[in-house]
Amino acid sequence: MADIQNYTLNFGPQHPAAHGVLRMVLELDGEVVQRADPHIGLLHRATEKLAETKTWIQSVPYMDRLDYMSMMVSEHAYCMAIERMIGVDVPIRAQYIRVMFDEITRILNHLLWVGAHGLDVGAMTMVLYAFREREDLVDCYEAVSGARMHAAYFRPGGVYRDLPDTMPKYRESKWKSAAEVKKLNEVRSGTFLDFLQDFVSRFPKIVDEYETLLTDNRIWKQRLVNVGVVSPERALQLGFTGPMLRGSGIAWDLRKKQSYEVYDRLDFDIPVGVTGDCYDRYLVRIEEMRQSNRILQQCIDWLRVNPGPVISDNHKVASPPRASMKSNMEELIHHFKLCTEGMHVPEGHVYSAVEHPKGEFGIYAISDGANKPYRLKIRSPGYVHLSAMDELVRGHMIADVVTMVGTIDIVFGEIDR
Amino acid sequence: MSAKLELLSQNLVKHLGDRIVEMQVALGEITVDIDVAAYLETMLQLRDEPELGFEQLIDLCGVDYSSYADGRWSGKRFAVVTHLTSIANNWRLRVRCFASDDDFPSVPSVVSIWNSANWFEREAFDLFGIVFPGHADLRRILTDYGFVGHPFRKDFPVVGYVEMRYDPEQRRVVYQPVTIEPREITPRIVREASYGDVDNG
Repeated sequence: MADIQNYTLNFGPQHPAAHGVLRMVLELDGEVVQRADPHIGLLHRATEKLAETKTWIQSVPYMDRLDYMSMMVSEHAYCMAIERMIGVDVPIRAQYIRVMFDEITRILNHLLWVGAHGLDVGAMTMVLYAFREREDLVDCYEAVSGARMHAAYFRPGGVYRDLPDTMPKYRESKWKSAAEVKKLNEVRSGTFLDFLQDFVSRFPKIVDEYETLLTDNRIWKQRLVNVGVVSPERALQLGFTGPMLRGSGIAWDLRKKQSYEVYDRLDFDIPVGVTGDCYDRYLVRIEEMRQSNRILQQCIDWLRVNPGPVISDNHKVASPPRASMKSNMEELIHHFKLCTEGMHVPEGHVYSAVEHPKGEFGIYAISDGANKPYRLKIRSPGYVHLSAMDELVRGHMIADVVTMVGTIDIVFGEIDR
Repeated sequence: MSAKLELLSQNLVKHLGDRIVEMQVALGEITVDIDVAAYLETMLQLRDEPELGFEQLIDLCGVDYSSYADGRWSGKRFAVVTHLTSIANNWRLRVRCFASDDDFPSVPSVVSIWNSANWFEREAFDLFGIVFPGHADLRRILTDYGFVGHPFRKDFPVVGYVEMRYDPEQRRVVYQPVTIEPREITPRIVREASYGDVDNG
């Protein structure tokens, strides 16, 4: 009889299902995975080291580039860390705007996830539909910050500016006729909140559509049900957070349990799974999109009737308004100091965590009183989840590796940092 | 200090006793410094004692204190900082452990207590050169294959020592000494505590 040996296979880093630059060395026995060794770091940019050489505010845009699928939530954790160390109060309107954009971001992230996960497993159509909806939300990003991805909209002390009264509109061109432009601009005729309201009222039906495509789909269930089962005990041991932990049946959500900003004033539920397999994690994320939509509705209603400042008036932290900067000597000096030297953060250390769409995203910052962080540690959820890859895929077929990569919701910007 | 923090700090004193070298309460968080000799048993107790109940290790990272506050630091150079979470009790704790030897920093591995520490310890080893005895697979993780040095130490320049380029003659990628100069646009400044106070003039 022939001597059968284990077969070692290299997966990635240029594999389309590797979600970026994941390289995995898989040891196979036939088609069954015996061991998986993820090699990461191909996108390592040393964000934490770079942050040590920049003033506190200059690192805000770096946070967008960590998880480039849920940009503003990472900014949120970083800004919160600074605010807690300095002791600045964020105006209530800014808190609502932040929460609103956190939830927009969560939907953005989960939409991409459901599209990419579908694509990996063989449901080609999902990605096309998901990107159709993402377009509207990315437009929201663009309307407030001017950038469709890397917004840098959250600032220590609040947000960069108030919600705009008009939305950017399409213009006639040789690719778009006047009639087409008119139709596209219909929902853009009102304010930012009108535009978002239109999306929020459409969205539950859209999620229903996704579910008709996937939830009872025979192929989808064959690929996901009872694949990658994680028991609650193992999930805790492996450091799982977010949908990965809730999929295993532990109702742990920082928005509820260690509430920040105005989440304690809002009404929403935490979905949890039962068996802890990939299918449960899919259901959890789908339900999270519906809950995020509920939060968005409440934020829109509140923001419509409650005007107010959106950034702190502590000018040691936040720039004064441009008009007063030009007429007032003291504010000019504030602006100058802030833009040249930057803010000083009192000595100490802080860990601020937010419920990122992928799990717990934390910033551990150490300040020695300088205008730059002494050390910044980014706790990214994907890093911990990927470290459990070996345990997840052991004993599964090689085709399930792709399912597992999808269910973890990998984005390499945050894993490699 | 909130009631919850109060309770946690009481429980910590009760169960850890004099193994706590120092306990700080600031910004709604508790930090305990643990001596490296008592580190492993303390961590085990933090997980297994129901009144503490830290069943999850959220984060573990290395810190290099060598240039802290422009050299005002007098303690040990390397520390391992761990963030723990208790799902059952809904509280958090930060544990800091200084490595006793600055030239060969070493802190016991906690992978056997919390499996999530695995990659975090590999990262701290890779970036800071802190060794974790008891870790089964302490390889580099984030830096390139064959990287020399520990890039997050404060004496490692931001631009690094080597750069990579494609050499058309050898028709492969080669390493060479860096050709860019390090530059600092905004200098790092530590001001005295009362700087900018209105009453201070």
